[in-house]
Amino acid sequence: KRIKTIETRDLKKSAVNGGCGECQTSCQSACKTSCGVANQKCENA
Amino acid sequence: MIHQYKLNGYNIVLDVYSGSVHAVDDVAYDMIGMYETLPREEIISAMLEKYSDRGDVNEAELSECLDDIETLKKEGKLFSDDPYEGIVDMAAEYKRQSGEIKALCLHVAHTCNLNCEYCFASQGKYNGERALMSFEVGKQALDFLIEHSGRRRNLEVDFFGGEPLMNWDVVKRLVAYARSIEKEHGKNFRFTLTTNGVLVDDEVIEFANREMNNVVMSIDGRPEVHDRFRRDYAGNGSFGRILPKFQQFAKARGEREYYVRGTYTHYNTDFTNDLFYLYDLGFTRLSMEPVVCAPDDPCALTKDDLPVLFRQYEILAERMLQYEREGKPFTFYHYMLDLSHGPCIYKRIAGCGSGTEYLAVTPWGDLYPCHQFVGDEKYLMGNVWDGVTNTEMRDKFGHCNVYARPGCADCWAKLYCSGGCAANAYHATGDITGTYEYGCELFRKRMECAIMVEVAKSLEEE
Repeated sequence: KRIKTIETRDLKKSAVNGGCGECQTSCQSACKTSCGVANQKCENA
Repeated sequence: MIHQYKLNGYNIVLDVYSGSVHAVDDVAYDMIGMYETLPREEIISAMLEKYSDRGDVNEAELSECLDDIETLKKEGKLFSDDPYEGIVDMAAEYKRQSGEIKALCLHVAHTCNLNCEYCFASQGKYNGERALMSFEVGKQALDFLIEHSGRRRNLEVDFFGGEPLMNWDVVKRLVAYARSIEKEHGKNFRFTLTTNGVLVDDEVIEFANREMNNVVMSIDGRPEVHDRFRRDYAGNGSFGRILPKFQQFAKARGEREYYVRGTYTHYNTDFTNDLFYLYDLGFTRLSMEPVVCAPDDPCALTKDDLPVLFRQYEILAERMLQYEREGKPFTFYHYMLDLSHGPCIYKRIAGCGSGTEYLAVTPWGDLYPCHQFVGDEKYLMGNVWDGVTNTEMRDKFGHCNVYARPGCADCWAKLYCSGGCAANAYHATGDITGTYEYGCELFRKRMECAIMVEVAKSLEEE
């Protein structure tokens, strides 16, 4: 009733496969001065 | 570890290690805050006293809410412990992957047609000589990237400077060369161009729209703000020259990615006015970064600026939601969070990949951990012919992750920032595993705003 859980990726489950490594290198995206890993898209699940 | 905050009418609770995000009412917000330190009876008693004027707050209701909190805790979505200590070495390995490299920042021009006072690259020269990268050096860099990319299919190359358009013919030849060899190697090159706009013309726009996955256009906002720092060598501001070119460029990009990217300083702590000014000019993909410079520089941001900047980020988030509702949305780079399909835990621990999977290449073919280390000879890692010869430096960066930074241990935002920028840490503390605390303050505020935006969108969709 008082708590609404927003859909998020379960980070613990994301630990199963060691990462595919295909995601963009964060510093390449826009800012070039303050790393934006959180803003990255997962190329992949 | 959890983090609770109130923003724009929302009560938000984050569970750091699971990544869970909860929107709660005032009562649940207070109860979650007390849950780990007070017994059940005391929490209920405190709530009955605090909310005595509310009919919907009674013992049965409160007990039910405590049960919900307990359920979330059992499900690992609240107060979860850190389960990642054991995979930190794997994350370092993920980052190092036997020397696999997937991205290069090609410094095709160590020269610039502007003389921006705040430039981290000392007007594009990186404290060295003016130089343009030859096609032969660039070609060798691309061969080096393919040779060391291992299983990686997506390879990224950023044409950077200085001003890369001052070496445009070489850029085009390098793109053509990459396209000619990518299929036979099973690779996919993704190019980015970062430009100050002075040399943008129809031909540049047409080529970039065909070949560049992303274009970053440097513009600071209002004319007087932009021209304060972004002047040519004769001292003339560049705003009037670049604006129509960037407007044409952005319009021509269509659905392709671009960002107009500004820098704000102590002189324009009201930087949302610059972002909204750019929006009114037709730019809808916006990025604005705090200046990083010596603390005694007149343009340096100060501690007294922080509350002003925090409010600016809130205003930006509120406006982003408002414009979305009105059907005229814009994006702000740091507010682009994908909570349900974002980066995996390995990426979040490992960070940006500088010095391992991401390297910068100088016009002479020297390799550095990233563009921000270029020119600092201590960080020279090798060259595109011999590869990474300073393996000790590579290993140092390989183990530079969020768990290697003592300053990050108790920070709720550590799995969003991944420990932050190694170069900023180095320049602030002399150590790549240090923390640039001022940047951390701004980052945490940006994340609170970005998560609030996602919470608001999620609740409005229901």
